[in-house]
Amino acid sequence: MNAPVLDHEAFVTRGKDGALRFDAAIEGMTCAACIGEIESALRGLPGLPHARVNYTNRRLALEWREESFDLAGAFERLRRMGYRLRPFQLAEGEQEEQEASKRLLRCLAVAAFAAMNIMLLSVSVWVGQVSDIDASTRDMFHGISGLIALPAAAFAGQPFFQSAFAALRGRRLNMDVPISLGVLLALGMSVFETLAHAEHAYFDSAIMLLTFLLLGRFLDAAMRRKTRAVAANLAALRAPIACRLSPDGVETVVPARQLRRGDRILVRPGERLPADGAIVSGASELDQSLITGETARRAVSRGDIAYAGSLNHDGALILTVEAAGGGTLLDEIERLLEKATAARSRYVRFADRVSQFYAPVVHIAALCAFVLWLLLGASIHDALVTAIAVLIVTCPCALALAVPAVQVVASGALFREGVLLNAADAIERFAEIDTVVFDKTGTLTLPHPQVVNGAEIDPQLFELAAGLARSSTHPLARAIAAGRPDAPMVAGATEEQGQGVRAPWEGEEARLGSPIYCGLETEAAALAPLDPDVSVVAFRHGDRRALFQLRQMLRPDAKEAISALLREGFRVIILSGDRPAAVAAIARSLDVADWRGGLKPADKVEQLEAMRGDGRKALMVGDGMNDAPALASAHASMSPVDAAHLTQAAADAVFLGERLSPVATTLKVSRRARRIMVANLALSVLYNAVAAPLAMLGLLTPLIAAAAMSGSSMLVTLNALRAGGAARVVSVAARADSEAKP
Amino acid sequence: MTVLLFLVPLALILGFVGLLAFLWSLNTGQYDDLDGAASRVLSDDDLGESA
Repeated sequence: MNAPVLDHEAFVTRGKDGALRFDAAIEGMTCAACIGEIESALRGLPGLPHARVNYTNRRLALEWREESFDLAGAFERLRRMGYRLRPFQLAEGEQEEQEASKRLLRCLAVAAFAAMNIMLLSVSVWVGQVSDIDASTRDMFHGISGLIALPAAAFAGQPFFQSAFAALRGRRLNMDVPISLGVLLALGMSVFETLAHAEHAYFDSAIMLLTFLLLGRFLDAAMRRKTRAVAANLAALRAPIACRLSPDGVETVVPARQLRRGDRILVRPGERLPADGAIVSGASELDQSLITGETARRAVSRGDIAYAGSLNHDGALILTVEAAGGGTLLDEIERLLEKATAARSRYVRFADRVSQFYAPVVHIAALCAFVLWLLLGASIHDALVTAIAVLIVTCPCALALAVPAVQVVASGALFREGVLLNAADAIERFAEIDTVVFDKTGTLTLPHPQVVNGAEIDPQLFELAAGLARSSTHPLARAIAAGRPDAPMVAGATEEQGQGVRAPWEGEEARLGSPIYCGLETEAAALAPLDPDVSVVAFRHGDRRALFQLRQMLRPDAKEAISALLREGFRVIILSGDRPAAVAAIARSLDVADWRGGLKPADKVEQLEAMRGDGRKALMVGDGMNDAPALASAHASMSPVDAAHLTQAAADAVFLGERLSPVATTLKVSRRARRIMVANLALSVLYNAVAAPLAMLGLLTPLIAAAAMSGSSMLVTLNALRAGGAARVVSVAARADSEAKP
Repeated sequence: MTVLLFLVPLALILGFVGLLAFLWSLNTGQYDDLDGAASRVLSDDDLGESA
């Protein structure tokens, strides 16, 4: 059988200037020296003028013009050096996020430039106020400040103005409305005062405000972009690849997205189905646990429909790709998902909730100041100046930094723990959780089966069996191979489909496979009634024999993680699509009293809705396709990195590694972050309680405004740094085992 | 105080040049791979044999 050809051309994109471009995520890049190694290996290739490694994102970009360039050759060259490449296409979302973050940085640069120069002039004026500045010099300084501030604000203020405008048009108030109003009024008044040769102008306040806020937003965007890049790499490394059969039997490897209805695909044992389809030939058993949560395998043969995401166990299958017709499980999941996502979007962000209350109060205070001064006999000009000063000083600088700064620090801490956040407001929702709902299969348990009775088996025999297992792609054989990862591969193995592998070893034949294949069916039959979830694999070498028992095991720290959650006062519930008997056993071993088995996706959503109705805020942790609607309808959700694509997209956060402890860590970090957010808001309110009366009394000079504003922003930012302290140092272990996994 | 007429524009122009330099470096992608740039400076494969 020829090795299938990987159809790289499918991933090549053509740039505007006609150059061909190819991006790939690199696996196996461990240190900075790899940059030079990869690039110099590619430099020698004919027809490739541009190859550059991005070390931050672990990605490689190739650009060339001539058609003669051999992309597959370049792949092969790097593969032999030990780097695995996976074609990579920038997701729509990531591209946008990169653009947005670049735009923020540009705005920040302009604002910072303007702020520095205006401050230079302002400090001179402030010093001159107490010494001997003459009126014409002051006017000139104000004039120059205005000439810098107006264009700078017009450019750098756009992110705020646009968002405020959009909010107003939707008849809502968000944090950007008072910000835009404050900046615009401060600029307008300063222009007026400058033209009137007045003593004070507030250009510095307006621009400094923009600079601080842009800094906060940029850091927020940069953090999110970093998380997104890691998540996209992981997705590329696990992207579904399909083996397409052309009518004349040639195998081509293509991305699953490119499969069309009617294509014929080959799925070997140990591979996941890349698309829904009807089986044309072959018979096998499918592990559908990623789709339904059911651990018992389903036997399929010609004519059956199989779903994408099922793991093929025994025999090679040829399928015709079909778009799932109405009424299938997947359609139901899509439908539920849509409904649930709409329900989630009702959540209003913390900062916006605060500003809905804050903005009217500030505007009323300014109005009161205006009216009071008028009543006390001040001129309209003086009353207006006072009112605007109130708006400037209460402009929610610290308030707008209070929440994003904490979010940046907390999501950074979570990132180091191996938790990647999908949604920006997830931290706020995680902090409110009081109930944790787990799926069983793949979430509480590891997604792959493991050898249970490894200790009872002769180590030498285990080693030999593992060596033999390495030449098979069967999922159970892989599990045995993983039990002894250092075992040397046994040469000359032949696989007999659906039965097992055999190889000559020290003059005798060694066999690994079904009990019948090894002649051990009576012994295996004796084991069967003890535990219905166990799969038995037999091994025989001459007279020596062993029976491997495999099953899905709990994650290594599941027990501690669950008991830690219970200790902290969370209610823990297990909702599973698997048989009730299998769920009961797991629930018992974890001391979880609340559990339900045999649930359909809609049942899970119903249960979560019921909890919401009782006023409980539930965190759903799940990995299967059947969990996706539940994840979307829960108050917050997480999924492990091995989860189905659809499910990961629905989750608020994805955690890496085999351990379950990130769940508890996330809740802890989020709660702490929430406390700090509240403290920060209290600080900003306190600042306003001092500064606003000063402004209302007409005592606010630009100097006081500048000092108060930067002081409170600094305080809030420093306070936010504490949010990173909650994360414990479990990350090293967690990350090590996630990186060791293939 | 006429010296201000020179010094203020001079300060502004210098600042503006800095701003332009930053925007240029941003647009040419020099901030895309900060970790890589930090390590690349240590590699000396630009010396000697270039094949």
